[in-house]
Amino acid sequence: MEKHDGGRSAQIRFDDPWYDALASGWGELDSTGAPASAPGPPAPRAAEQRADAAGIYLEVQQSAAFQEVRSRYRRFVFPATVAFFTWYVAYVVAATMAPDLMAQPVAGAVNVAMVAGLGQFLTTFALTWAYARHARLRRDRAALDLRWDTQELTRGVGR
Amino acid sequence: MTGDHQTLALLLFSAFIAVTLGITTWVSRNRHGSAEEFYAGGRLFSPMENGFAIAGDYMSAASFLGISGLIALYGYDGVLYSIGFLVAWLVVLLLVAELVRNCGRFTLADVVAARMSERPVRIAAGTSSVTVSVLYLVAQMVGAGSLVALLLGGTSEAAQSWTVIGVGALMVVYVSLGGMRATTWIQIVKAVLLMGGAITLTILVLLHFHGDFNQMLNTAADKSGHGKDFLAPGLRYGGDLTSQLDFISLGLALVLGTAGLPHILSRFYTVPTARAARRSVVWSIGLIGSFYLMTIVLGFGAAAIVGTDEVRASNASGNTAIPLLSLILGGGAGSTGGTVLFAFVAAIAFATILAVVAGITLASSASVAHDLYASLKRRHAKQRSEVAVARIAAVGIGLAAIGLGLLARDLNVAFLVGLAFAVAASANLPVLLYSLFWRGFTTRGAVWSVYGGLIPAMLLVIFSPVVSGSPTAMFPGVDFHLFPLENPGLISIPLGFLAGWIGTVTSPQGPDPAKHAETEVRSLTGAGAV
Repeated sequence: MEKHDGGRSAQIRFDDPWYDALASGWGELDSTGAPASAPGPPAPRAAEQRADAAGIYLEVQQSAAFQEVRSRYRRFVFPATVAFFTWYVAYVVAATMAPDLMAQPVAGAVNVAMVAGLGQFLTTFALTWAYARHARLRRDRAALDLRWDTQELTRGVGR
Repeated sequence: MTGDHQTLALLLFSAFIAVTLGITTWVSRNRHGSAEEFYAGGRLFSPMENGFAIAGDYMSAASFLGISGLIALYGYDGVLYSIGFLVAWLVVLLLVAELVRNCGRFTLADVVAARMSERPVRIAAGTSSVTVSVLYLVAQMVGAGSLVALLLGGTSEAAQSWTVIGVGALMVVYVSLGGMRATTWIQIVKAVLLMGGAITLTILVLLHFHGDFNQMLNTAADKSGHGKDFLAPGLRYGGDLTSQLDFISLGLALVLGTAGLPHILSRFYTVPTARAARRSVVWSIGLIGSFYLMTIVLGFGAAAIVGTDEVRASNASGNTAIPLLSLILGGGAGSTGGTVLFAFVAAIAFATILAVVAGITLASSASVAHDLYASLKRRHAKQRSEVAVARIAAVGIGLAAIGLGLLARDLNVAFLVGLAFAVAASANLPVLLYSLFWRGFTTRGAVWSVYGGLIPAMLLVIFSPVVSGSPTAMFPGVDFHLFPLENPGLISIPLGFLAGWIGTVTSPQGPDPAKHAETEVRSLTGAGAV
């Protein structure tokens, strides 16, 4: 699979003029300090840096920007998962083990079980909305920047 | 059910088949035969399209007819099912969808194999994915046979057998010719039809009671013969501790199983980015949530309008509650409205089964070709030949599903669906979550967690009262049951997680920090995603 990927992206690099324009664009220096030149790095350099793809991912993983994205993601999803899972298990256990409690009337024909069931629907919708909003506002931009940066770094390296 | 119903229903069935075959032909007119095209539909669906397709893949006839039927028979206990099916999507949204989209290419095994020694992990994850898919597929085939035969009036064995064979043949055609793109469009058409049908019936039910939900519940409670108990849990899963634990076990399997279903995971690869995957899950949660809210109205509506006893008289497991309801809402048996509405509902149920079956077949053929075949016959597995293998696998799986569907004709559909969810939650979810979130996870841990969930789940079922030792068992004559519960989830899901942990801590080789870094960076940023 890995080899496949490498082969394909190399092909895109050679064939796609757009990709080339970006690779050499803006006169930036590449990771070796030489002006970035496309298409395709010369063979010796690729061989020399082959080992570095792993290094780049480790480096990105250690970077403050990535740590920030990861902790924003985890600080949201881990507590949220614990919360909705506990609420769901509590609901199922109450429905099976304590039917009398669930049968308490609330208003008219509506009882505690109906309210709790509707509550499950509402919390699911609310959490979906909250997660999508959190990801859009707090994570997407930073993750996208990291994606381009990482791909920029790994581009010259034969994978 | 008169001849008019059958003729009109058959006409609508044929129209649906014609439209879907048309889609298949149109979509595959200039296919390139690449794996990207076949497994992932070129990854160019929009979030809304994929959201409808996910909803179409997920809302089987078991939920449309089965859950509302359960509500019509047992009242509130049926509602418990629908909530499990919905809350499960939070696991998918929060923990799985985006990360899987970023890390994998076509299957669950891709995500795990990226970090681990590829061959053993692919074989393990491929095996469990195929097992889950086949269980789910057999459930749908059995459901199709009994349902279509029931709706068309013929309950003979021959009618059921021919339905199973027909559904199997159609799904092979859709999948092997159209691949993911045709399958996705069929799901979208089906989801629109299903939502349209559910909305129409819900509005008619609410109009019947002049919008008074309270009055509907009271009428349902009165006509059910259970009084107020009908509106509270306990009619079906109350009683002794065993049946209570059984339901808790099922509830766990429902909520954790969805994120391990191969045909759901493969849907995330049909959109270009992780953000699109997230937005498609948001769409599908909206659709699935509102659909289950409507099934609750329809279930209580059927109890109130048709009556619990009439529903039970027509079909002991309640599967005909919605068709009967539509007959009455349309103006009663013999009226034009009743005939049209009944035929419409029957056609939707049929479309639902066909679409779900096609989705599962595609996912399991991907597991066979991309994971199992590619690992076992690595040297010959080029990209083009992999798609050819997948097409052949779709035919093989279709034949196997037809055979098993005919053999398992008398099994309870709800049980088979619950079992598929339990195996998915025990074998697929632990390995997926560990790979995405646990730094120290190793190859041995991955392999152990798959088999450590899969084997106990299957063994517990074999030694459960479903297979032997009860009047409704598969082999009622003998008794070798050792495990009291029908659903293995309560035991096998923790075992899957435990086996993964033990395998990891006893591993001779530690984890590869570089590969972990790559998985983590790729999963959260999308770098290098295809």
